Amino acid sequence: MLRFVVRRLLQLGPILLGLSLLLFVWLRALPGGPAAALLGERATPEAVARIEELYGLDQPWYVQYWKFLVNAVRLDFGNSSKTNRPVVEEMLRTFPATIELGTAALIFAIGIGVPLGYFAARRYGRWLDNLSVSGSLLGVAVPVFFLAYILKYVFAVRLGWLPTGGRQDPRMDAEHPTGFYVLDGIITANPAASLDAIVHLILPAIALGAIPLAIIVRITRASVLDVVHEDYVRTAEAKGLYERTITRRHVLRNALLPVVTVIGLTAGLLFSGAILTETVFAWDGVGRFVYEAIGNRDYAVLQGFILMIAILYVLVNLAVDVSYGLIDPRVRVQ
Amino acid sequence: MSVTEPAADHLLDVRGLSVAFTRKGRRDVRAVDGVSFTVDAGQTMGLVGESGSGKSVTSLAVMGLLPKRGVRVGGEVHFDGDDLLTLPPERMRDIRGRDIAMVFQDPMSSLNPVVPIGIQVTEVLHRHQDLRGDAARTAATESLARVGIPDPTRRLKEYPHQLSGGMRQRALIAMALACRPRLLIADEPTTALDVTIQAQILELLKELVRDSGAALVMITHDLGVIAGLCDTVHVMYGGRVVESAGRRELFAEPRHPYTGGLLASVPRLDAPRGAPLHPIPGSPTDLLPWSEGCAFAPRCPNRVEPCTESPPALESAGGRELRCYNPLVAAEEVPA
Amino acid sequence: MSLAQVEATTEAAKVGEEGGSLRRDAWRRLRRDPVALVGFGIIALFVLVAIFAPWIAPYDPADRPGAGIVTPTNIPGPSAEFWFGLDELGRDEFSRVVFGARTSLLVGVVALLLGMAGGLLLGILAGAFGGKVDTVIMRVVDVMLSIPGLLMAIAIAALLGRSLLSVMIAIAVINIPIFARLLRGQMLAQRGSDYVLAATSLGVRRRSIVLGHVLPNSMSPVIVQATLTLATAIIEAAGLSFLGLGSPDPRVPEWGLMLANTQRYLASAPHLAFFPGVAIVIAALGFTLLGERLREALDPKYRR
Repeated sequence: MLRFVVRRLLQLGPILLGLSLLLFVWLRALPGGPAAALLGERATPEAVARIEELYGLDQPWYVQYWKFLVNAVRLDFGNSSKTNRPVVEEMLRTFPATIELGTAALIFAIGIGVPLGYFAARRYGRWLDNLSVSGSLLGVAVPVFFLAYILKYVFAVRLGWLPTGGRQDPRMDAEHPTGFYVLDGIITANPAASLDAIVHLILPAIALGAIPLAIIVRITRASVLDVVHEDYVRTAEAKGLYERTITRRHVLRNALLPVVTVIGLTAGLLFSGAILTETVFAWDGVGRFVYEAIGNRDYAVLQGFILMIAILYVLVNLAVDVSYGLIDPRVRVQ
Repeated sequence: MSVTEPAADHLLDVRGLSVAFTRKGRRDVRAVDGVSFTVDAGQTMGLVGESGSGKSVTSLAVMGLLPKRGVRVGGEVHFDGDDLLTLPPERMRDIRGRDIAMVFQDPMSSLNPVVPIGIQVTEVLHRHQDLRGDAARTAATESLARVGIPDPTRRLKEYPHQLSGGMRQRALIAMALACRPRLLIADEPTTALDVTIQAQILELLKELVRDSGAALVMITHDLGVIAGLCDTVHVMYGGRVVESAGRRELFAEPRHPYTGGLLASVPRLDAPRGAPLHPIPGSPTDLLPWSEGCAFAPRCPNRVEPCTESPPALESAGGRELRCYNPLVAAEEVPA
Repeated sequence: MSLAQVEATTEAAKVGEEGGSLRRDAWRRLRRDPVALVGFGIIALFVLVAIFAPWIAPYDPADRPGAGIVTPTNIPGPSAEFWFGLDELGRDEFSRVVFGARTSLLVGVVALLLGMAGGLLLGILAGAFGGKVDTVIMRVVDVMLSIPGLLMAIAIAALLGRSLLSVMIAIAVINIPIFARLLRGQMLAQRGSDYVLAATSLGVRRRSIVLGHVLPNSMSPVIVQATLTLATAIIEAAGLSFLGLGSPDPRVPEWGLMLANTQRYLASAPHLAFFPGVAIVIAALGFTLLGERLREALDPKYRR
């Protein structure tokens, strides 16, 4: 098992290297040159010269690349050209917000998607099944930001049941030691703050999780439909086992394998969707920050954030692969 | 060895079993069309036929494993005083695995790939005999040992893909026999295995059934399997039984042309070199519906007029049954 | 030629036939399938509206017929004169949505073609040559896939500046790995099949095998993927415009951009968000429905 994990980690190496190279090339290809890009509007000739010296831009490319790698490992991506704070600081501020939102969206998508997909498959051809299939087809056709608008308009603006945006009611005056608002409320013995954070999570999580939900419903349904016709399910029936035993040990344990893989894939969708959802709901996360960085031509932020997001994405997929190895014994023995 | 004894109390008594598959907008497909047979304790019965003859569907109907939608089952299946076809599903679940067990054809696909073998055995013991923990594991180890799996304790933790084909089938047999059922149905248990392993598995089945006193229903298309194993044989074609006899009588004197064809089509070692093979002409899809005559008529060398006009009835004579207007005549038989 | 080789070639010919009959079968079934027909109908509508926009739309999208009426607090919704209402600058929303179809179709199709071309090329090279070429190409594809789509698009747009072209290229680049993987997978699967073995043993040149046999047999999943990709391309294009990466020209109507501008007016003028949004959904739905049905029709597993 350990060998499996180590091997997968090693496979990661070339990918991360390729990624860093790509990012390196990208930054240097940006219009105006990297120094000007890093400085943005404050690109005076002296500042440019200083940057060039700092980043060794007058040196051969491999030296530059090496410096870039070293800096990246030290998490030194420079300062935001807009806020002038270290990029790392901005990451620490925004990543928890997006991770919290992404987790909520994933809980929503899996919590509803898997049972729905399962029951749709078991009631093949009946109304629940048809509804689920139609719903999931529609789900992938609706852009995240449009859904966000609809939810915001119906539930926040018109009905007023839920807040229109933000992570927490500013009047709460809550403390945030970890940056994960729901957790923070619990840690600081302020359950009302946690509850408030959850209430603020509802709409954005639904908007962000809608497409993963649609995908998970489809995969679960298709997988259960396949597995239910497998010979080993017939063997289980021939043994006279109770239906819940058959469902749990024989149907689900096999049917959920492809679902696990798919969840890994939806991580990418969650990152992309976060950018769009956070702008609609004024969510102070990575997505919104990156969006504003685009507008501000804040390339230092973009460089650091894109690299970090890509690394996280790769790690999430690794985690999914490893957990797949944990669940499926056939994969382990290689 | 009689095939039909109306007065005696049989272990399994199938009467007029019929299974039809229904599809919206299409005609029903009668996979099994009025099949009757009995099985007694300690008896080995063979059900022979090609694919599509209805033999597998018959066994699934007895076990109650046919899908609920799109299937219509008729007739009676008496076991232990109950008609299995009318039992509520919970009772049927109790009977499956405990009183009647089944072994299927493909051992690789019949085993759950992600669950260890040990659990796949103990779950039967847990379900019907309420065995748990160490007691269950010990019983499971014994089951595996009984079917000839070496080092059974280690095997408990292994997964199906780690075992060879023969061992998987042995494991499946162990699971089927774990609760000592009184009737074992084996549906082509050796077809997916290597020839050398086939013989071993058949020997194993013969031994286990003999030791436990259970009855065995062996479903196969292979006459060689029947010859080595079964006391009585029923030959099925197109969903109906066309001939029934004891093993010796059937092989020595086949009466139905289909049975004769099956026997003749087996290549013989003592045939002269270059001698042609004798397959049954036509293909299994060349069927006449039983409503119009004898289903085998299109391929039958003994075909006569009545064969294409009305279906022949099943007739008993001398401990055998036959459904044919113009059966094969033995060389020494004197015409009546 | 030995008997075995003759038999092998007739087998090969039959496979080609079988591929053809699969397609004919699929076509016949699709024609009667209501969902596929609805999808196709939507696509046809979309294309027609896009092509005939100048004749369908009552106003030029940059015109401001309602300039006098519109105030920041009063943006009229649908009326008899302006079917979809007016936007915040007094432009006719209906005309803008209609012309937006043009932009979406253009961006979608160009992005798809570019992405397919790049992806298929990489896939063919990887699949046909195998070995080191395959490894290198697949590593590149892996790296591309390790960046979430929208992020990659943003990076490209930042590189190329804001324009419809950069949006097209960005979406094309996102889709290159998908087609590359698809075709490579197909080719690997076919490479091991009997008819390729037969043809090779007969001395047929590799290029002929690839172009004449393997490629045509790989087309079905590519067609399915292309249809589905067109749906996602429309949505991705809208998303990129929503983020301000598309054409900065405010006169060019793009559904995503129209949605972006309506943030402020969500409460007072919801129709500004509604119509472009629904347009995106319908257009994407059309391609998705057809694509899904195509996939079911062409996948031999589903054959009953």
